[in-house]
Amino acid sequence: MLYYFIRRVLQGIVVLAGVTLFIFVLSRVVPGGAARGALGARATPGQIASFNKINGYDLPILDQLWFFVKGLVLHFNLGYSYKNNQPVAALIAGRLPKTLVLVGISTVFALVVAVPLGIFQTVRRYKPEDYVFTGVSFLLYAMPSFLIGLLLLLYFAVDLKWFPIAAPSATTVGGILADPRALVLPVLTLAAITIASFSRYMRSSMMDVLTQDYIRTARAKGVSGRTVLFRHALRNALIPIVTLLGLSIPGIVGGAVITETVFNYPGMGLLTYNAALNLDVPLLLGTTFVAAIATIVGNFVADVLYAVVDPRIRYGKR
Amino acid sequence: MAAIDPGEYSTEDLALMREDTSGLADLEGPEAGEVAGHGGLVRQILRVFAENKLAVVGAVMLLLIILFCVLGPVFYHTNQTNAQNALLYSTPTLPPGAAHPLGTDESGFDVLGRLMYGGQTSLEIGYAAAALATVVGVLWGAISGFFGGVVDAVMMRIVDIFLSFPLLFLLITLTVIFHASVGLLILVIGFVAWLVPARLVRGETLTLRVREYVQAVRVMGGKNSRVVLRHIVPNAVGTIVVNATFQVADAILYLAALGFLGLGVPAPRTDWGSMLSNGIAYVAGGYWWLIYPAAVLIVLTVISLNFIGDALRDALEVRLQRR
Repeated sequence: MLYYFIRRVLQGIVVLAGVTLFIFVLSRVVPGGAARGALGARATPGQIASFNKINGYDLPILDQLWFFVKGLVLHFNLGYSYKNNQPVAALIAGRLPKTLVLVGISTVFALVVAVPLGIFQTVRRYKPEDYVFTGVSFLLYAMPSFLIGLLLLLYFAVDLKWFPIAAPSATTVGGILADPRALVLPVLTLAAITIASFSRYMRSSMMDVLTQDYIRTARAKGVSGRTVLFRHALRNALIPIVTLLGLSIPGIVGGAVITETVFNYPGMGLLTYNAALNLDVPLLLGTTFVAAIATIVGNFVADVLYAVVDPRIRYGKR
Repeated sequence: MAAIDPGEYSTEDLALMREDTSGLADLEGPEAGEVAGHGGLVRQILRVFAENKLAVVGAVMLLLIILFCVLGPVFYHTNQTNAQNALLYSTPTLPPGAAHPLGTDESGFDVLGRLMYGGQTSLEIGYAAAALATVVGVLWGAISGFFGGVVDAVMMRIVDIFLSFPLLFLLITLTVIFHASVGLLILVIGFVAWLVPARLVRGETLTLRVREYVQAVRVMGGKNSRVVLRHIVPNAVGTIVVNATFQVADAILYLAALGFLGLGVPAPRTDWGSMLSNGIAYVAGGYWWLIYPAAVLIVLTVISLNFIGDALRDALEVRLQRR
């Protein structure tokens, strides 16, 4: 277990270094250079030269990389957004907690709905209820997520007026949580596809487990169907769901961009969208970097959890 | 739209996608001693369609959509490129009627014709990006798994690094830095999509490279490139075909997402996602024809591809069990 843990940490560090390097490369290959992006198309060669000198863009590339990494590690310096006239790190720090709230609530909600739904479908397998939910999953899969958000918005907010049209606009996390009604539709939108995939997965995982020998043994011993389902089958069927959760994190974080844009929710996704509209490359690279770190951390937690719940890995020779 | 739509994969696929596949040594791989001939695979696929109604529905729908987009404009002539003429000779946001069966959009373009025109772009980018991702991913995974050791470690860490980026963020950043065009969108979507096939094929290669027939080729002095291209890749073809089908669906959804964010193909071209995006501003006013037709086409295309992919996966797994 300790060996597995250490190996996994080292691997995470390698991946983190690679992500940093890729972001650095992207920041230097911007057509026209960073100076054009910051100063605009009408900057004179003299202005560009002095910008490059001040910001160290005239140094050898390895020195630039060294300063980039040093600034990142020591000061969490993600660069400067010239369009917003603020450091990128400060802009992201103000928005990230709100995105984490949205992503966190959606993921928990998705699990709470999808796991029982998958079990229900397994119990009622090949019956009409099962086919209905499978059909709905297929439909949700095939819909672009902004379309799901848009339809929810049109129906529940515009037509029925059950929920406000705008997402919570409070500047603090507390303020956002204080207005749960406004959170309902964004959470539903972000959770919809996750629920579709998790429940389908839960269903097939349960079905796999139910064909195992030890389930037949338990049945043969006379254990009741309910106990077999929840004590014997469920615990093993949940193991792959942990992996699935880790693999889904990038998708959910990416989905936040769409959801936040549809509902005008003031998180990191909306910040990314606005950065794209303004062609604000430093800010885009910053949010991309932070989103990648969130994914790496999430994957790491999922892998460790996986080792904890699966004895085959815990006691394995790895 | 999840970066990796996990429901599309079986337990084994998911295990293969984890970076650590040492637990998979006992996993059943294809047992074909020789490469199944192309006729074999084609016949196999045809049998799938004969047995699986959903797959037939999917294939027919997809064919109709492709015909609609490619052959439609031959019979239904509309101006889709000249914005000035569109504004001069027709009224914007005209409801469906005799002259325009699906009305006109906010720029005066005929919506039915625009669906065909935009669909060409969506399908072209979807298929090209998926093809690119599949070729790169398959070669990457096969080489990585075949050589093993340091090569494998380095190549797979590179995959890990790119998989750590939420794909939508990467798509947005690359599109903004390098400016959207049809060619660039194909490259960018292909660039974010090759990672999953790389992992899947690498996992298959690990089980294939220790097979006797691969050993035999090497003993007889077969070149590495020959082993990879003639013996390993063809035997992983089931995984590859299934994944490629889903890749097209994903690429179309990614393109739609980019279109929604205003990063789709630049005017005067359009794609279904951009059409939806433009229509959204009007939809609360009851201009349903600006979004629902494009939305229905995206959903139908993706559902069709998913039906086909699911059926293929079932069939190819069955093949493994039967032998």
